[in-house]
Amino acid sequence: MIITIIDIVLFFMLVMTALAIVRRRRLFSVVMLAGVFSLLTALLFVTMDAVDVAFTEAAVGAGISTVLMLGTIAQTARREKEPTRSGVLPFFVVTVTGAALVYGTLDMPSFGDPNAPAQVHVGPDYLKNSVEDMDLPNVVTSILASYRGYDTLGETAVVFTAGIGVLLLISGLGARRRREDEEDS
Amino acid sequence: MQHHLILRVITKLLVSTIILFALYVQFHGDFSPGGGFQAGVIMAAAFIFYGLVFGLENVQKVFPPWLVHKLVALGVLIFAGTGVVSMFLGYDYLDYDAFAPHHPSHGQHYGILAVELGVLVTVTGVMVAIYYAFAGRPPQVSDEDW
Repeated sequence: MIITIIDIVLFFMLVMTALAIVRRRRLFSVVMLAGVFSLLTALLFVTMDAVDVAFTEAAVGAGISTVLMLGTIAQTARREKEPTRSGVLPFFVVTVTGAALVYGTLDMPSFGDPNAPAQVHVGPDYLKNSVEDMDLPNVVTSILASYRGYDTLGETAVVFTAGIGVLLLISGLGARRRREDEEDS
Repeated sequence: MQHHLILRVITKLLVSTIILFALYVQFHGDFSPGGGFQAGVIMAAAFIFYGLVFGLENVQKVFPPWLVHKLVALGVLIFAGTGVVSMFLGYDYLDYDAFAPHHPSHGQHYGILAVELGVLVTVTGVMVAIYYAFAGRPPQVSDEDW
């Protein structure tokens, strides 16, 4: 019961934050509100007992990406331009997409359903065997690092690739090298 | 930011605590929520926090860019290398039983520790490297412009 009330309050605050983000023109406050949005999402993850995800959301969403957004504002503009065209068509597109997404969730199993596909495939085996195999209290760690080691290796490679990509695009290394080449020639 | 005395003192107090918390999340990840990725982003957040308050130059004295760029690759190397070592010991790729054949669950502990370390190193490196790339570009705004 108390969880339901907390959920409702958090979702209400989430919607309010989203509306405030849409209405703002000053990008500094938009970025700050985006951080608030992430923090509220992290709290929702905590109420769903997904503390690992909440950790990540709080650190990446509310912390690091806010800083990166501020860095982007410092490079570009402080204020959003006033829209020149009417917002009717975008609003229509967003409404239709949102309705389609809500329609898509109708088929999904409800939260914590023991018969959900995620709960009946390999999950029970992991839960049953992990104490014997790993002797670790935190099953999330055993699944991520050992049972699903290949997936986590892939994820690490994705993070690596993303980092290299961003570095190549914006660190100015390419421009510097071109300049040096011109000086040499 | 020379004039923000309270901010600077609080930052000095908090950065060490954040790094300690990141290490706790990393090495206690077997028993409580958390693991390499979470610890990595918390660790990176500590350095970014320091950089925000004391400036990019000072944080780059503590954590130089060449080291950050090496760490980005080193983490993936640790993770993939763990698998290669288990292969050389005659087991499957990333089968941690190889590290303690007589006591498989201990081998799992060592293996998980190694790969989580790899994740920590890469994630910290990537996050800090991206921050350096964003913050290091020329047009810096003064405090008044905000």
